[in-house]
Amino acid sequence: MSSETLYDKIWDLHRVRELTGGSTQLFVGLHLIHEVTSPQAFAALKEKGLTVHSPDRTIATVDHIVPTTNQIRPFADPLAEKMLKTLESNCKQYGIEFFQLGSGNQGIVHVIAPEAGLTQPGMTVACGDSHTSTHGAFGAIAFGIGTSQVRDVLASQTLTMKKLKVRRIWFDGELQKGVFAKDLILHVIQKLGVKEGVGYAYEFAGPAIQSLSMEERMTICNMAIEGGARCGYINPDQVTFDYLKGRKYSPKGAKWDLAIKWWKSLSSNQNAIYDDEARFNASTIAPTVTWGITPGQAIAINSFIPSLESIDPSDQQLALEAYQYMKLQPGSSIEGLAIDVCFIGSCTNGRLSDLQIAAEIAKNKHVAKGVKAFVVPGSEKVAQEAELQGLDEIFKNAGFEWRKPGCSMCLAMNPDKLESDQISASSSNRNFKGRQGSSKGRTLLMSPAMVAAAAIAGCVVDVRKFLN
Amino acid sequence: MNKAALFPTGPIHKVEGKCIYLKGNDIDTDRIIPARFLKCISFDDLGESVFADDRLEQKGFHPFDQAQNQNSSILIVNKNFGCGSSREHAPQALMRWGIRAIIGQSFAEIFYGNCLSIGIPCAILAESCIDSLTKEIESNPHLLFNLDINSQRICNVKQSWLLKIELGMKEMLLSGKWDATRTLLKEKDKIKLTKNSLPYINQFNPIY
Repeated sequence: MSSETLYDKIWDLHRVRELTGGSTQLFVGLHLIHEVTSPQAFAALKEKGLTVHSPDRTIATVDHIVPTTNQIRPFADPLAEKMLKTLESNCKQYGIEFFQLGSGNQGIVHVIAPEAGLTQPGMTVACGDSHTSTHGAFGAIAFGIGTSQVRDVLASQTLTMKKLKVRRIWFDGELQKGVFAKDLILHVIQKLGVKEGVGYAYEFAGPAIQSLSMEERMTICNMAIEGGARCGYINPDQVTFDYLKGRKYSPKGAKWDLAIKWWKSLSSNQNAIYDDEARFNASTIAPTVTWGITPGQAIAINSFIPSLESIDPSDQQLALEAYQYMKLQPGSSIEGLAIDVCFIGSCTNGRLSDLQIAAEIAKNKHVAKGVKAFVVPGSEKVAQEAELQGLDEIFKNAGFEWRKPGCSMCLAMNPDKLESDQISASSSNRNFKGRQGSSKGRTLLMSPAMVAAAAIAGCVVDVRKFLN
Repeated sequence: MNKAALFPTGPIHKVEGKCIYLKGNDIDTDRIIPARFLKCISFDDLGESVFADDRLEQKGFHPFDQAQNQNSSILIVNKNFGCGSSREHAPQALMRWGIRAIIGQSFAEIFYGNCLSIGIPCAILAESCIDSLTKEIESNPHLLFNLDINSQRICNVKQSWLLKIELGMKEMLLSGKWDATRTLLKEKDKIKLTKNSLPYINQFNPIY
């Protein structure tokens, strides 16, 4: 038996040829495009007199710029309207399937591809968005690319890439009640840092990972990039196959059996050789919250904002910047910190199970006075299913706004924004300065359950107090 | 100066000009170009918005606003520069402001690849050397430097620092193959061969 990882196997299958300087020309099995990072790529394609190589391996949707209140066309924001129109026209011109607004298929690109069964084990998946790592949850090699690479993938269905090293991140134990996939990945980033993943793919493995649902696995792989790793993945197993069965683009009938057989052969071998390994015990992880301006500046809910002396000297400058920007004192508690806005949604935590747990917390309670709380489903399908289950009513009765699908306040390229130095409890993925639309806005990342609890309490609170 | 006329094309052997130092680790692409400026269908106007929020906050004291740094072409940074979002708008904005090369302790991966794909060299320099280089710049911000890709050096009339330019980046810059589209389309048969060899395409799963 060879010592290959899943990453090695998929890499080899998609290798077109070796280029100079140690780069490889790699075939892209699924190319996802959206309105923000594709218009310049299409323009470059036209300028070079080229066409789209594989429209059959390309899927488009619109997510970043869509308003989540009124989606009637034309959008109130003429720039947003122009971006959507440009995408529509490019898709039409090159014969690319477009998961259009109102089609029932639209949503955040990293939510819609898995739910349609487009993302499958063994694929290479590329998209002009760093959170493409999400798709690795299926045992795919998925990574974000820039616009010039979007142009290259459109033109050739390939790109130049250097092979990454693989770090296995192993989890024993199991997540405790009130502790979620989001806490697990925030914990990993806090421990390993935001730079340690550079040059690596992260393989998440071990009993604690195997016991997670596909949606939880997506949350984990989604944030691999926040640890510096361009892609994160999980070996496919029965959980993966059960999720994919019966979805629109999943193989059917005899082809399904063929697919399963192939998918099973892709997992990292028992004696696979890793370039590095890190080990954690999931049982010891507590609900985790960020206090600073990078996802690595995180703490357990019941601990204190770290003192400068306790921080690695090379990270102290950033910590000083974080104390100042966040207006938080080292040594103070994060629990009890008053919040202004609560956002549940994003490609990290905008799926049905995220909304279910948040609704469970919010049920028969009410958002605290003065707090603006809103829920943005990750896709039209998520919205539809949530509404079928009455989650929208639970949220609305509790004082949350129920919005239409989109990226919303994760990156605020749409009307959803923080104002001034408002502080938000957010289920999204980045707490960078200015990330949520105000140059003074402050973001605390946490699980959707923790966000819901914060909305009810009006401050950061340990969600375990809400669960029986 | 019409900066657009000078965008990188073809083989890149050297970058000449003044250096500008932007201190700090983990400077993310949201800071380089905040998301609201991504509402565009062309990169053309991004130059003036580079570091928009940081510059607003620092009221003229941001390195990109200081008089002595205007028309600089070599950006000096610390660790993990360009982390976060994959937006190519970040290096595009830097390029349109006038940056033609970046020297840092380390770079985030997607940002690094985006720089290469638009012909902006990213060179690695250890912390102690960054310190001595930036001291030199601070003592005379108008000093001109020459960054030579082949010899992996940045030098002024007095001093020289040895850089690390990763082999792949070096070869692509020197050959002009950083503009990858043409290279990728060179052997179309091999692309077809790979595509048709994939079980999920040839056996069980055409998208259409």
